[in-house]
Parts: sequence; C-alpha cells; structure tokens
Amino acid sequence: MSGVKQRVPQIILTVVALLLIASAFVARPEGSGAPFGQRLLAFADQEFATWFSILAVFAFLLGGLNLVATHLVKVRDRGPDRYYSLVTLVSFLIVLVIGTAKLGGPPGLQGDVTAPGSWLTAVFDAVLSPLHATLYSLLAFYIASASYRAFRARSLESSLLLASALVVLLGRIPAGRHLTAWIPEPLAFLRVEELSLWILRVPNTAGQRALMIGIALGVIALAVRMIAGVEKDPRSGGDGS
Amino acid sequence: MNGWLAPGTWNVALVGATVCALIAVSVVRARRGAHVPVRSFPPLLALDRAVADAVAQGRPVYFVAGSQDLDNMQTVAALAVLRPLARKVAEAGGRLFVPTNRSLVMDNAREICRRAYDDAGRGDLWRDDWVAYISDDHLGFVARVDGLIARERPGLCVLMGFFASESLLLAEGGHQVGAVQIAGTASAVQLPFLVASCDHVLLGEELFAAGASLEGDAARLGSLRGQDLCKLAAAACLVAGSLVATLADVTGAQPWLFLRDAFLNVFRAG
Repeated sequence: MSGVKQRVPQIILTVVALLLIASAFVARPEGSGAPFGQRLLAFADQEFATWFSILAVFAFLLGGLNLVATHLVKVRDRGPDRYYSLVTLVSFLIVLVIGTAKLGGPPGLQGDVTAPGSWLTAVFDAVLSPLHATLYSLLAFYIASASYRAFRARSLESSLLLASALVVLLGRIPAGRHLTAWIPEPLAFLRVEELSLWILRVPNTAGQRALMIGIALGVIALAVRMIAGVEKDPRSGGDGS
Repeated sequence: MNGWLAPGTWNVALVGATVCALIAVSVVRARRGAHVPVRSFPPLLALDRAVADAVAQGRPVYFVAGSQDLDNMQTVAALAVLRPLARKVAEAGGRLFVPTNRSLVMDNAREICRRAYDDAGRGDLWRDDWVAYISDDHLGFVARVDGLIARERPGLCVLMGFFASESLLLAEGGHQVGAVQIAGTASAVQLPFLVASCDHVLLGEELFAAGASLEGDAARLGSLRGQDLCKLAAAACLVAGSLVATLADVTGAQPWLFLRDAFLNVFRAG
C-alpha cells in the first residue's frame, strides 16, 4: 500500500509536468483534423489551468477552516493571545457575511461583490487599505535601519558596498550632480552621475544576469529532480532514492 | 515532425533539452557512485549552531516559506530546507513554528514537520498548530508574524523562498528581538534587503541547492553537479559568443558572420 501511496502521486506529477512542458513547444492544432497528440497537448495546456483554479477554491476552504479552528481553540483555552484571536474571528465572520450576502451591492449570483457602494468595498477602502498603508510605511524606517547596519565599513566588501551606494545615491540627486559639475568635458565620465550610471549598467547588470542564469538553472535542476522522482515527497513518505 | 514544433521555440527546446540531459546524466552518475564534491554554504553551516543556541535559550525557531503557493519553485525549494531544519530542531528538543500564507503550503509543511519530529523520535513533542495558516494577504501575514515574533522572541528566524516587500518587514521584526536570521531567496529585487538585514543569506541559485546540500543524498547532489556543468557551459558560450561577435564586426569575414548568426539564432529570447 505504501508503494502505491508513493508511486501514484509521482506518476501524476511526472505525466502532468511532461505534458505541460511539451505543450509549450508544440504548435496549436488547426481544425479537428490535427493529430491526436497535438490536440491532447492543447487540451492539457488549456484545461490544467482551470483544474488548478478549482483546486485553489478548495485550498481557500482548507485555509479558512484552519484559521477558524486554530483561533477558536485559542479563545477556548483562554491563552495569552485570546483577544487577538477574538478580533481575528469576529473580523473574519463579518467580512465573510457581508461578502457572501453581497450587502449593499447588486444581489444575485452575477452581482459584483466589489461594486461601488457595496459593504465589502467600504471595508476594503476604510479598513484594509489604511492598514496596508500603515504597515507599508514602516518600510521607510526599516530600510534606514537596515542600510545603516549594512553600510558600516567593517570589511573590504562592505566598504565597496558603501562607496558604490554613495556614488549611486549622489548620482540620483541634483545636489550630487553639482558636486562634480566642475570636471571638464574630456573627463566627464568621472562625474558622479556618469559613474552612477556606469555602476548600474555594467557591474550591477552583469551581477544580475549571472544571478538570473544561476536561478534559471537552479529551477530547471529542481524541476528535473521532481519529474524524475529524485526530490523527496513529504506526502508519500518516499525518500526519493 | 514538420508542423509540430511551435514557431520560434526550437532554440529554447534545444537549450532546455541539453540542460536537462546534463543534469539527468549527472544524477545517474552520482547514483552509480561517482564522487560529487559540493562546496559548503556558510548560511547552512550556521544553521546547526543557531538551532542549538535557540533551543538552549528556550526560544522557538521560526520558519517562513516565502509568500507564494506551491506552484512557485522557490516555495518547493524552501520546503526542501524545512525538512532537515525540522529534524535538527526536533533532535535538539525545540519548538519549530511555521506560519504560512497559503493553505496548500501549510498542509505540506505540517506533514514535513510531523514526519521530521517522528523520524527524530520526538513525535511526542510535535503539535499540529505549530504550522499555522495566517492569511493570503501578504501584509496581513506580515502583521501577524511580526506580532508573534515580538511576543515569542524566537532565537532563530529562517526566511526561505519568494518574498516581495514583506522580506524587510519580516527580517527587521526578527532583528528587533535579537534573533539569528538566515534567509534565502531567488528574488533578485529582494536580495539586497535580506543581505542588509539578515546574518546569513543564500543567494539566488543557492536556495535551490540548499535542501540537497543539507540532506546530502547522492542523486540530489548529482543534480548540483549537473547544474555546475551547465553554468560552465553558459560561461563558455558567453565568452565564445562575445569573441565571435567581436571578430565578425572587426573582420567582416564570412565564417565569423555565419558563426555570429548561429549564436544569435540559438540564444535569442522568445
């Protein structure tokens, strides 16, 4: 039985992955007279995305149920975080009810739940959006504190980072440009805005491209491991070997 | 085959098939016993010490598997790191908390952790609510996780997978409570933020190699060897292509022009 539990998911994964990869390289069939293989791959390409969306709906249910169960237990056990859990549960239920009942918006199955004037839109505009903005604005302070730690010249690498960051920053602001405006035209490449552009276009782009090539190869290697059944699968308990 | 191949895809198919073949051959060779030397990753070397310190201080270990679903390869790679990490925490007798923002990730992470605790003989310690679904909304997720970090003061925060703006929000949350922070992402835009705010960072492709490196089984290490061979081939092609293009422009000779066009045809995008 455990052999079946290991092999069936792996077979499904391998077949689906190979079909989807092949469908990216095979021409779309023209008319019903196209070969079966071409029609099969076109079907896989179109239908698997729909199946994934259907699975995603069940995933939402799974997440919602888990959220409610976890926080109900915390409220029942009167743990130290029970008030946060209570707020979560009440908010969850309110949004669920006004979204499902389409309060304030056009009713019926076809009614747009996000139509202007609907309660859900009001909750989004009046509660969620300001909360997002508040949290997002924290980034400004976090970037400052993280940069302060990263840009301390403690080693050769961090000194290089500090120097290049300084040049790029100065190159982006008018005051920085005025600092080196006196450099004569034949040596214009030494002006801070030119150095800044050079850093962004040459070493930065080279580094980014090297990174992207490595990432692409990493993704392909992981995909090959999964398709070949080398990667361990927690669901089946297989060791992948 | 005429009419089967979609227009403009033959070069991608050719390069992709070559890369897959190199990796597959390396896996087979490793399975047959070929020695695969793999360089060590400092962030992973720091993991053992950080886990031991966190457990000794009675502080939990936090693991975040990015902010994407299982259809993102970075999430899959992050879960491959979670397995050995969960085992290390279990062996040390510590508590591992895994907040997730996708329910399928939660389901898989829970299975991985439960199995790791069982394998380490510490199944009695494990509680299913140590892997929790928080919210699909990434800022809502961050608010909850940062709140938990502030209250529970974990000794180690491991952030692996794809992150958007939440990378810095999570990393600074961990920094403020003095947690050791080990991160890894293949999101080039977020790497600078993680490098600035974390103690150790797996850069780009290292994330995809981390799981294999931690568990060290021959077949998966073989795929790393294949990856390195592909990188070597990519570097050789870059140098050769630059030389050929330069020679074609400078000399204008027909053989160099032909070679340059061949290079451009094989490596053109889209």
